[in-house]
Amino acid sequence: MSGNGHDGHPHEELRHESSPWAARIRAVEELLVEKGVFTHEEVRAQIEHTEARTHENGARLVARAWVDPEFKNLLLSDTKAACSELGIDASGPVELAVVENTERVHNLIVCTLCSCYPRPILGRPPDWYKSFAYRSRAVREPRAVMREFGLELPEGVEVVVHDSTADLRYMVLPARPPGAEGMSEEELAALVTRDSLIGVAIPREPARTQ
Amino acid sequence: MIRPAPAAKFRPGDAVRVLTTEKEGHVRTPAYVKGKRGEISHVLGTFPDPESLAYGGNGLPEKVLYRVVFRQADLWESYEGSTADALYVDVYEHWLEPAGEEG
Repeated sequence: MSGNGHDGHPHEELRHESSPWAARIRAVEELLVEKGVFTHEEVRAQIEHTEARTHENGARLVARAWVDPEFKNLLLSDTKAACSELGIDASGPVELAVVENTERVHNLIVCTLCSCYPRPILGRPPDWYKSFAYRSRAVREPRAVMREFGLELPEGVEVVVHDSTADLRYMVLPARPPGAEGMSEEELAALVTRDSLIGVAIPREPARTQ
Repeated sequence: MIRPAPAAKFRPGDAVRVLTTEKEGHVRTPAYVKGKRGEISHVLGTFPDPESLAYGGNGLPEKVLYRVVFRQADLWESYEGSTADALYVDVYEHWLEPAGEEG
């Protein structure tokens, strides 16, 4: 980006604050507050709400599905109902879907058009998820992309990419790692990483956690 | 199915082709599947038309949304991976037409 750090000290935060986009957002916000569409307090509360949600909700859903086959069926068939059972608020207008990894199939999620992401259960998407490189390459060379994340899948495993371009947001239900027998739901949830819920990784193996 | 779609034109298993229409605006059909042959995997339900909603429209008439599965080998030249590798995209009905026999 031109204009980046001509004093020799690129200042990431300041640059964002003073970018034309930030100025435009501030101007739009001021106008909408002036017109009474919302208040600054509501904007602040929404930012807080957005930032408070993390992939921990997704990890809890996965851990429960690993120990409870009935819950797993519900998670796969009616994701919002499964969220309600765990007290996760997924009541927004966006529909959620979960796709299951098996010994035969590995799923990978992308939104090639923008950055659609199941925020109620995963929080904010990572920056790389929104990058042009990920969005364009995940559909065309998913195996190469996963290799760059350190995930080499066996030849026999079918790679299935989901491009969430419309009204549904997808999460992966990863396979339970070996050696996780007898662990509590909470311990299992700690094995579930954000990246394993997008499909660029698989859950941690128990030995690697403390 | 996530929402009802009593008037859905296609059913799971139907062969479809994505229209090649050039259309400006908030189109949710990615370019790389245009003209490609796929198969209806799920009828997802009826949703407000995003091409109308994006410009302050009321989203009516609502459109039936499908999950369509494509073979990766049909989408990309020299695709690296298993011939079983697949790609799913959610496509609205007005972007789909029935596909004839394969070949």
